[in-house]
Amino acid sequence: MTYIAKPKLHHPKLPTNKLGFTRRDYEGAVSTLCAGCGHDSISAAIIQACFELDLPPHRIAKLSGIGCSSKTPTYFLGASHGFNSVHGRMPSVLTGANLANRDLVYLGVSGDGDSASIGLGQFAHSLRRGVNMLYIVENNGVYGLTKGQFSATSDKGSKNKRGVVNSDAAIDLVAMALQSGASYVARSFSGDKAQLVPLIKGAILHKGAAFIDCISPCVAFNNHLGSTKSFDYVREHNEAVNRLDVMPEREEITADYAPGTVETVEQHDGSVLRLRKVAADYDAHDRIAAMTYLQERQAAGEIVTGLLYLDPDSDDLHGYLGTVERPLNALAEAELCPGNEALQRLNAALR
Amino acid sequence: MPQPLERVNDFVVKFANVNGSGSASANTLFAKSILRMGIPASPRNIFPSNIQGLPTWYEVRVSEAGWLGCAGTVDLLVAMNPQTWDKDVASIEPGGYLFYDSTKPLPPSKFRDDVTAIGVPLTEICNREYTDSRQRQLFKNIIYVGALSVLLDIEVAEIEKLIGEQFKGKDKLIEPNIHALRMGRDYALRHLQCPIGLRLRRADKVGDRIFIDGNSAAALGAVYGGATVAAWYPITPSSSLAEAFSRYCRRYRVDPATGKNRFAIIQAEDELASIGMVIGAAWNGARAFTATSGPGISLMQEFIGLAYFAEIPAVIFDVQRGGPSTGMPTRTQQADVLSCAYASHGDTKHVLLFPEDPGECFHFAATALDLADRLQTPIFVMLDLDIGMNERLTAPFAWDETRRFDRGKVMTAEELEAGKEFGRYLDVDGDGIPYRTYPGTHPRRGAFFTRGTTKDRYAKYTEEGGPYVDNMQRLLRKFDTAKRLAPAPIEHPAAEPTQFGAIFYGSTSPAMHEALDMLARQGLALDALRIRAFPFHDDVAAFIAAHDQIVVVEQNRDGQLRTLLVNELGIDPGRLVPILHYDGTPITARFIARAVADRMAGLRIVPLRKAVP
Repeated sequence: MTYIAKPKLHHPKLPTNKLGFTRRDYEGAVSTLCAGCGHDSISAAIIQACFELDLPPHRIAKLSGIGCSSKTPTYFLGASHGFNSVHGRMPSVLTGANLANRDLVYLGVSGDGDSASIGLGQFAHSLRRGVNMLYIVENNGVYGLTKGQFSATSDKGSKNKRGVVNSDAAIDLVAMALQSGASYVARSFSGDKAQLVPLIKGAILHKGAAFIDCISPCVAFNNHLGSTKSFDYVREHNEAVNRLDVMPEREEITADYAPGTVETVEQHDGSVLRLRKVAADYDAHDRIAAMTYLQERQAAGEIVTGLLYLDPDSDDLHGYLGTVERPLNALAEAELCPGNEALQRLNAALR
Repeated sequence: MPQPLERVNDFVVKFANVNGSGSASANTLFAKSILRMGIPASPRNIFPSNIQGLPTWYEVRVSEAGWLGCAGTVDLLVAMNPQTWDKDVASIEPGGYLFYDSTKPLPPSKFRDDVTAIGVPLTEICNREYTDSRQRQLFKNIIYVGALSVLLDIEVAEIEKLIGEQFKGKDKLIEPNIHALRMGRDYALRHLQCPIGLRLRRADKVGDRIFIDGNSAAALGAVYGGATVAAWYPITPSSSLAEAFSRYCRRYRVDPATGKNRFAIIQAEDELASIGMVIGAAWNGARAFTATSGPGISLMQEFIGLAYFAEIPAVIFDVQRGGPSTGMPTRTQQADVLSCAYASHGDTKHVLLFPEDPGECFHFAATALDLADRLQTPIFVMLDLDIGMNERLTAPFAWDETRRFDRGKVMTAEELEAGKEFGRYLDVDGDGIPYRTYPGTHPRRGAFFTRGTTKDRYAKYTEEGGPYVDNMQRLLRKFDTAKRLAPAPIEHPAAEPTQFGAIFYGSTSPAMHEALDMLARQGLALDALRIRAFPFHDDVAAFIAAHDQIVVVEQNRDGQLRTLLVNELGIDPGRLVPILHYDGTPITARFIARAVADRMAGLRIVPLRKAVP
């Protein structure tokens, strides 16, 4: 970590977005994570994505659990309300927050310990309910803040820093997200910002439960030979199935693509996701085929990344519950309290 | 042989049934018809953790004097369950009555000499009348209600009216039920000596009171109090609270213009998620609650500590049951007082409310939502199975139209814009309560980071001792403020001056009032204080100081409220005498009066005056 705070002053010609904010307006406090931590790259990608989407920073709520990853919301979006909840329980707090005010953007930040171990239940249940959110797991396969224990996403056979081999099978959060009903599922790598930023943007624009498993090497405890979550290992085994471009609205395709290699998907809010296929045979709209493909490639030792599944017609929890359009926290007393007359009628029925 | 009991409007009828046999609605019909005759009656379900097959009982205490507590005696037993016959018959008071199905002859050894047996061949009547087995079972219940109505002089018109109301909209069912009722009546009139010594006579002692269970009343209070988010996990005896909330929301909270819901109810995956959702919703400015019981409270501990320390409103209805562990899931206790008062690790204290009946369940639910917002902390509403799951007579609900939700100290966008100083944990008014902002309020001001770690007055992370102690001291000041805002205790002074006091709370109330009356008749006077909230109001310490000896009546083994009194008020434990009832059945006046009289005899108390016969 650095002790030198970045000055608030910035170059007067720093680009601004449609709201007049610079990228700096989306930053937070100085990170206290280790120098070179993958998580800081993810924070930077979140800042970039929110800036590019022209989101008012104060209309984003960022929630996390406990662990290195869960500390990161302090380091981005300083003008947003943040909530560092308890270990493994961010999804329930986020669900409640979302029920109270459907108008904010919800960003759930978690880690592999937080989501795949202690919080596996809440992870799955928040996805199956279709909570409108981006749920990002900063996955380093290790407990960093408690100094290097294996996590539940550590691959079987991988070695920790002291050479101990992990004998437990790994939990694949992407497979679980697909199985649990998430309607936007992606995997990315903190070292590939060009891939990650559009995936975050697409997830924020998506209506429903969007999940990104972002492999994020731990430079202190899991970046050695024998680890399957090190920078070198992930770079060597990363197989992107597609590349995503996110456009706020439909634009003319200007680049020259070979036929069948680009797919355009329009989302609820009119935003357009353009998928450039890398693996020609990969269909990102077939949940079952995606599960099969991922398992096959995983068995072959590949780390499949990209937008792995997308349901562009998905709904969210508010849709399922049939709640009013106005946020529940903004309803007036007269809309909530039925009043004494109704009570007297009820009394009459209780005699 | 004692004379058969002769009593009017003052006896207990206990129905022994088999779970799942459809007896519940017939038994309720029986109880309600008595209420319609203007006679107070209090029914109680005694049921197992089971859906079908195990024994279940329904006890109706009839009391023109208006005592609604459990009597603990049985004057007429309606024996519909052979499994429990022996114990049931043994429980009848000498001179009492046994109503049974006489289709199959039973040996004389199965009866008691001092109990009048009344046989009705219910199975035979049903088998003759119905061919469908389910009908045989269901109408058998109505037939015994019919026979009992003649034996006890219940006005049949009231029963028929109730049947009409019950099946309104399903009119086809009215006639067959009335037919079954009349079959029971005809048999009794033709073959039995009617009425028996236990009789009902129309009175005017019910007044305008309503009849509702505490869980429903609390749910209704949550609707009136403006709760919009409820998250819960099914657990006996609290599930019916969440279900009632859902029912009332469908009635009162659907936007007529769009048909959309002004509420969100989530059946969560467990109690941890339930409380997590409540905290998330309340953090974001919605009024939210969960309903649970002891095991759920155990699971919620970590989150409760977060809500305490990060200062987030939350309302938790704890419908207590017998503990520890799975304990007695379908029996009543007041055994979560300490685990709620000091829930979670570290130094924590929480606000508890103790409703005595469904009426207070309604009001305390709405009050709890106000207090949670005002104090920015979890508020526990401590029901128990006895008040939660039994219908009880209570004063009619009323809502003061001038009352407004107290949303507490929430800084608005305008105030932030005007430059008002905002420190999330800054005590600006000296009451220990800081201001908060809802997420998304202002583009540049008022955002803060909520966390369970220690922080300074401006919500900035710190582990320094000074700011930590400062914050912990402010939380104590806030708790002191809670003392003044929570419902004050209610004193019930004795008719004459006395040095003896009694402290009680929650569902003990009806039995306690009856016991005080019984004791007064024995010449033993006690001033009584009903505690309605923790932290304790100053009146509690004053009451204890004003009496030499005080009994603390509770429904748990360890005297949990007494422990709180000793601990929080620094009372000499020797001055607080515990009177504890914790076998899972509701406490009775008889138990309290005997225990108090014994204690007072132990202190060689000479009655101030002679006992009145």
